[in-house]
Amino acid sequence: MDVIVCMKQIPDLQQIRIKERKPILDNVPLVWGDLDKNAMEEASKIKEAVEDVKVTVVALGSDKLQQGILEPLAMGADEAVLLTDPAFAGSDSMGTAKVLAKAIEKTGSYDLIILGEGSTDNYSGVVASALAELLNLPEITYVRELEVENGKIKAVRNMEESFEVMEADLPALVTVAQEINEPRLPKFMAIRKAGAKPRHEWGPDDLGLAADEVGQNALNVETLSNLAPEQDRKNIILKGDLAERIDALVDALTKEGVLGR
Amino acid sequence: MSEILIYSDNDGTALELVSAGKEFAKELGATVSAALLGDGAAGKANDYFSYGADKVYVSEHPALGDFYVGAYAEGLRQIAESGDVEFLLIGSTKRGKELAGRVAQKLSAGAITDANAMRVRDGNLEADRYSYGGNTVASQVVTTPKKVISVMPKTFELGPSEAKQGDVVNVDLDLEDPPVKVVERRDKAGDEVNLEEAEILVCVGRGVQAQEDLAMIEELAALLGAEIGCTKTPASDWEWFSEERMVGLSGKKCKPSLYISVGISGQIQHTVGIVDSKIIVTINKDENAPIFNLTDYGIVGDYADVVPELSEKLKSLR
Repeated sequence: MDVIVCMKQIPDLQQIRIKERKPILDNVPLVWGDLDKNAMEEASKIKEAVEDVKVTVVALGSDKLQQGILEPLAMGADEAVLLTDPAFAGSDSMGTAKVLAKAIEKTGSYDLIILGEGSTDNYSGVVASALAELLNLPEITYVRELEVENGKIKAVRNMEESFEVMEADLPALVTVAQEINEPRLPKFMAIRKAGAKPRHEWGPDDLGLAADEVGQNALNVETLSNLAPEQDRKNIILKGDLAERIDALVDALTKEGVLGR
Repeated sequence: MSEILIYSDNDGTALELVSAGKEFAKELGATVSAALLGDGAAGKANDYFSYGADKVYVSEHPALGDFYVGAYAEGLRQIAESGDVEFLLIGSTKRGKELAGRVAQKLSAGAITDANAMRVRDGNLEADRYSYGGNTVASQVVTTPKKVISVMPKTFELGPSEAKQGDVVNVDLDLEDPPVKVVERRDKAGDEVNLEEAEILVCVGRGVQAQEDLAMIEELAALLGAEIGCTKTPASDWEWFSEERMVGLSGKKCKPSLYISVGISGQIQHTVGIVDSKIIVTINKDENAPIFNLTDYGIVGDYADVVPELSEKLKSLR
């Protein structure tokens, strides 16, 4: 059985600083999104539980992927496809789905495709559904428990009002929620060995895509601005002994009309 | 004439979008329609008309019985392509969000999800959404002929309703049986809190280190008539609270009149869920905690001292 995991490198969100409302991304390291790691972990668990599973990670990112890809390979992926061509840079969600679909088709065989339920940076959740549509696959999203057996999957998904237990025949696509597993931290030796695993680097030509069909040449969502929100708060730190501060707080909240209704 | 088509698996959210869609339609010179899909759809038409829909498309096709994203996306595609639909606005529930990507792909459209504000700009709808994990807000427009935008519940208020008639179009959708079956539904255990509706919200963060301290926070919340929410750690790691009480990027977006944080440092993943609060009060012993930048009234101090004192004061006022 062929399992494909799709992953994307994102800037480390904890290290983004804001200057004059603009995000400063220089020198911010690229990391794997947490949910992408959950997807990779789930593939590794399936590989351990089911016989004859091959896991291929398909990763989109910059040339920094050459180093970063060692982590999913050390977590259990057998092979990697790197989509690092600069032409892919700046793709929007639908563009990302298109490139992933072509790359997955080129791998030749896929029974189960796993993604995080959203990217950890933008959480738009569009790529997986668009990819499922492009590959004409059934999809089950927000999965917190997954079983693979006899060419079928059974998944428990976390919805607003209930947990839904769903079944589908393979091939299928699933997206996983954070609670599905705890991604393993690969050991040093596993990372060293990961360097020897096969990896392919495919650009637009390899995928049969023209330059104007990918990346920033193929955007269908335009970003007009992307700034930190303006804060308009009073920023009053109450002073005095505790009783005075509490009195001042209750006074202020009463005057604001937010207490005592 | 261009058409704004609205769908949500949650009728309350759909009606908010109909109310807002009516205002956008005036500016755009468009009409507002809604898709009513699945069992019992036909009976909902009058509600949608009363909030401003000019037309509803109705289908109770058997493939739309249980919500399967592929079937609903195909149904919406067929509706959108039969008319002059330019904008498809979807309620950004979990089902709505998965639907947005799938139907957008079918329509060769661009998609924006989780919009939390929208406005008309140059004949298009501009939508705001969080980016970089909530550090920034991106204002975006879709540039394809058909445009898909999923909008967070409660982004818009329900407008006034009036008795009004509209066109009911019974659509004859061509749909296959869903390849994914729902074999069981397990109700979530008992926590039916609705934080999005809370007028007063007290939130617990990682700074509250002992579970027994929740008692004092519960007492304060009861005195205030507040709901209790939390950041990610107390819910997913410590399991003190159900996920329904998690506030932030991966939880609820709340807009209470009064929000009180207890032991919350103010990581962006939480604060995006509370920025729309009218008044923000912070109780934190670390005066450098980032949440003070977002605070109206702050008390620098240990919650174990401040919370009981505040409760006593509130009791004395009763």
